[in-house]
Amino acid sequence: MNNYSGFSLIKGAFSKHRHWPKAWRSPEPKKHYDVVIIGAGGQGLATAYYLAKNNGIKNIAILEKGYLGGGNTGRNTQVTRSNYFWPQSCAFFDRSLQLYESMGQDLNFNVMLSQRGILTLAHSHHELEGMRRWANAIRINNVDSEMMTPAEIKKLEPLINLDCRFPIHGGFIQRRGGTSRHDAVAWAYARAASALGVDIIQQCEVTGLNIQAGRITGVETNRGSIGGDKVSIAVAGHTGVLAKMAGFRVPVTSMSLQAMVSEPIKPCLNTIVLSPIIHAYVSQSDRGELVIGGGADVYNSYAQRGGIPMLEEVIASVLELYPAFSRVRLMRQWAGTVDVTPDTTPIMGKTPVENLYISGGWGTGGYKAIPAGGETMAYTIANDRPHPLIEGFGLERFETGTFIDEGAASGVAH
Amino acid sequence: MLQISCPYCGCRDESDFSFGGESHITRPSLDSIAAEWSDYLFNRENPKGIHYERWVHSYGCGRWFNVARNTVTHEIHATYKMGEPKPDLKNGGGS
Repeated sequence: MNNYSGFSLIKGAFSKHRHWPKAWRSPEPKKHYDVVIIGAGGQGLATAYYLAKNNGIKNIAILEKGYLGGGNTGRNTQVTRSNYFWPQSCAFFDRSLQLYESMGQDLNFNVMLSQRGILTLAHSHHELEGMRRWANAIRINNVDSEMMTPAEIKKLEPLINLDCRFPIHGGFIQRRGGTSRHDAVAWAYARAASALGVDIIQQCEVTGLNIQAGRITGVETNRGSIGGDKVSIAVAGHTGVLAKMAGFRVPVTSMSLQAMVSEPIKPCLNTIVLSPIIHAYVSQSDRGELVIGGGADVYNSYAQRGGIPMLEEVIASVLELYPAFSRVRLMRQWAGTVDVTPDTTPIMGKTPVENLYISGGWGTGGYKAIPAGGETMAYTIANDRPHPLIEGFGLERFETGTFIDEGAASGVAH
Repeated sequence: MLQISCPYCGCRDESDFSFGGESHITRPSLDSIAAEWSDYLFNRENPKGIHYERWVHSYGCGRWFNVARNTVTHEIHATYKMGEPKPDLKNGGGS
C-alpha cells in the first residue's frame, strides 16, 4: 500500500500527481473464499479489514451490487457520537468513537474527524428532566456528557433562537461527538482491506444463497456462483430481502431517511445541533454547507428518495431554531433506505443458517458504528460466537424479550 | 406527496393520513410457542415490491383501511376496506 503523507504529497507534485496508484484493486471474483461479505458499505468493508488484520483470515471477498460506499455510507449526515442510554449501547458505540479517534493514523487516511460536539436540545421542563437522566446515564457509562443552560447554549451557538415556538429550556452536549468525511471512511477501509488481500468486487449483485442442510455454502451472483465457507450479510436497507433469500424473517422495516445540504455559507455553526422533539438536526460541513436531517419518512420504502411532507417538517423545524437560515437556498436533497428495528438497536451476530452471519437493523445510525461494527463482526465470524460487546444484539432477543430499547439510537424520535 | 384514495372520503393528500404498518397480520392462538409470538409481534414482510399496509384517515373520517402500494415506485395499486381480502395484483409488478 502506497503510504499517504505530507512527504508523498510533495513528491507527487514533482510528477504532477500522475504517479498515484489506485487505492484498491478490482480483481475478478475467485471460485471460492473463506469468507464472503455481501455489501461494500462501511460495515462490510470494516468487517473485511478487521477479519484480515485481527483474525488472520485473508481469503475474503466483498460483493457489492453497485459501487462501494454508494448506499447509506455515502448518504448519511456523517455524525459520530456515543451518547446512548443503555450500558450495552454506550460500550459499543463508545468503542466505535474511540476507533474513529485513531482511524486517521490506523488506516493512513485523513477521514477529517472533527469533534466539534453534539448539542441535544430540550424544549420543555419535562423533556429537560428526561435529558438530565439520559446525560447522567451516559456519564455513569464512562462517556462524556454535560448539561447546558439556555445561556450556555446561546454562548456556544449565537445564532440559535432560544425563544422559538417550543422555547429551549436547556440541553446537553457530548463534546467528543462530531462529524467525519463518510466517503473517506469507506475509501480508507477499502484501501486498507485491499492491501491485506481482500477482494472488493463491485457491480456484483447477489441473487441467491446456496444453503445445504441448514448450512451456507456460497452465493449466486450476476457474475456466477461464488463459494464461501462463511457468509455475512451487511446490506442495510436490503437486510429483509437477503434474509428472505436465506429463508428466515427479520424484524426490520425499510424506510427512506432523507437529508439535505444548503449552498455554502461562512462558518456560523459550532456544533451539531439536534432537537429530538421537533425532529431535526443541523451541522455545517467544512465546505460551509448546512447539513440538515430529521426523521424517516413514515412508510415502507426502497425508493432511495424522500417525500415532501417530511422534508417540509424538517425544514420548518430548522428554521424555527435558526430563523437566519430562511434566506439560504438548498442545494441538494437525497435519501437512503434504512432498516429500522423495533427497539432501534442493530441486529448483529449469528442467524438460523449455519455459518451465515448478519449485521443489519442499523436504522438511522449505522455510520457512527462502522469501526466497532466491523471489529465485532470480524470476531463473531472468525470465532462463530458473538463478540462480548454485541452479545445482546442478536436476533434471539425478539424471542426472549431482552431488548435494548434505545430511544437515543436515532437521536430524533421515530 | 402520495395521493391516497380513502374508500370512504375519496382522494386526499398523504398528509391527511397516518401510516399503520403491514396489514393482514393474524394473531396466533393463545397457546402458541414463543417463536410464533415473536414472529407475530416483530417480524414483518417488508417486501421490495407490493406491500399490503394499513392507513388511517386521521384528518378526515378517522377510519382505517388497506392500501396495496409498491415500495420501490410508491405507486398505489389499490385501496380497500378493512376485512376485505388482498386484491389480486397479478399484473401489478414488483418482486
